Amino acid sequence: MAEREQVRRSAPRETTDTTHTDTASEGATELKAELDDLLDEIDDVLETNAEEFVKNYVQKGGE
Amino acid sequence: MAVHKVVGIETEFGILHRCNGDSNPVAASSMIINAYVNGFLCQRVSWDFEDEQPGIDARGFNEFDALAPEIETHLVNAVLTNGARYYVDHAHPELSTPECSDARQCVVYDRAAEEILIRSMQAANNLLPDDEELVIHKNNSDGKGNSYGCHENYLLDREVPFGRIVTHILPFFVTRQIFCGAGKLGNEVPMGDRAPAPFGDRPFQISQRADFFEEEVGLETTLKRPIVNTRDEPHADTRKYRRLHVIVGDANMSEVQTYLKLGTTSLVLAMIDDDFVSEPLTPLVPVAALRQVSFDTALSGLIELVDGRHMRAIEIQWEYLELARKYAQSHGLDPVGGDDIGNDILDRWEGMLTGLESDPMSLATQLDWVAKLRLYEGFAGRHDLDWDDPKLAALDLQYHDLRPSKSLARRVGLERITTDDEVNEAVSVPPPTTRAYFRGRCLEKFGEEIVAANWDSMVFDIGTDPLRRVPMLEPLRGTRTHVGNLLDECRDAAELLRRLGN
Repeated sequence: MAEREQVRRSAPRETTDTTHTDTASEGATELKAELDDLLDEIDDVLETNAEEFVKNYVQKGGE
Repeated sequence: MAVHKVVGIETEFGILHRCNGDSNPVAASSMIINAYVNGFLCQRVSWDFEDEQPGIDARGFNEFDALAPEIETHLVNAVLTNGARYYVDHAHPELSTPECSDARQCVVYDRAAEEILIRSMQAANNLLPDDEELVIHKNNSDGKGNSYGCHENYLLDREVPFGRIVTHILPFFVTRQIFCGAGKLGNEVPMGDRAPAPFGDRPFQISQRADFFEEEVGLETTLKRPIVNTRDEPHADTRKYRRLHVIVGDANMSEVQTYLKLGTTSLVLAMIDDDFVSEPLTPLVPVAALRQVSFDTALSGLIELVDGRHMRAIEIQWEYLELARKYAQSHGLDPVGGDDIGNDILDRWEGMLTGLESDPMSLATQLDWVAKLRLYEGFAGRHDLDWDDPKLAALDLQYHDLRPSKSLARRVGLERITTDDEVNEAVSVPPPTTRAYFRGRCLEKFGEEIVAANWDSMVFDIGTDPLRRVPMLEPLRGTRTHVGNLLDECRDAAELLRRLGN
């Protein structure tokens, strides 16, 4: 039983330490900026005619 | 003591020939492989034996002559100097990695396989008119109900009853998707009496493959696919070994996922070898549970078990991890490659489950399905798209596109556990720690004198004598430690065979 708890101790717990809040929101802003950059790049590389690309993507079953 | 978990991955790649007229996927696949073989290899060695009748065994192990060579199709089928097999299977280019001695090494060879396909694609496209293009995807479905596989292989002890393997690996396979899934938009489950579990607010699921499984256990791979495949073809000494041929997995773009998929499965199979198992957590209806888990991106659904209990997929994974920790303490981790890698697998496994419990989005640089979900949510939000918009379907294909200029997986910031240098080396150099070393080095050095190669033997033609077959029935013999110096010293195959026969 003790070992079971040891394994799961790292499972999620509510954090009550409010001093982390600022860091967390900064982190979230950073993540949002990262995602925006990523989405800019995706807009550039996405297949130009997505609908046709998807329609023509037909594979034979395998294995 | 469990058998050392020698592992390998076979991937069937999606292939698209963009041209004005009709295209033939078999011809396109052949073009891809031929472009590589003709462009990058000095010597072409065929994988199958065709009509050859190798007579004499170099080491006199004549009892093994009874083993029939693998019968293959007449499609392109080559063996590479890194020990891999590269061939046309059905209507796909397929690459089987060389045998690897641990999960991390196999990730390097899986990435080398991608690199080989990229080089093949570029070489083939150089030969095509400007308005045509061959495009390769590392995925498992076309989104229209057609699936192709990414199979894993693990070496097992022949003495272990197959029933024990099935009982204890089945709950693991049903639930490992949560950290093994490559993610997919929509579903391709045949409707009717097997209506899928409802989606949440988005038509997105964790696994590419869960839609295509209809049986718990069986021999099939193309129809009525089973969660546990029973193909019994060890490509090794049949008296000592089995090979578990796993068809239930996705082809991952994430290195971390490929590593954990191979690592955790190796570990659980080592535990089964050693009969280190607890009461099985068998789902009452495994096929339905497989789909339920795949649809459940909230990871909250309960699976009904045969014993009447209800557990979440992640709880079943915690049980396996807990048992694996105990196994590591009592039996050690040699079967998965030693303490360093074994403990790393255990720690990452735990980190994955912890992350999935607390905030799956925290794993967006480690799990393909989470990376996709984050990307699609962001993209749909930015462009105000519904989830059934073809642009999202295009993203779902393009995530797996191997063209460096188009691949989305290369752009989402996935964590690497390999380096470019080691991947580039693995394109042509075999792993030093398995029999693939002998195969690859012989091809590199004596290619002109090799008639054919297979997983468990090689056939040499050294001129005047009959063809000579060298059996390689032990996956962990023929390593650099065993034969490195010998291969360095021998000037030709005749000398090699003479010295092997001594």
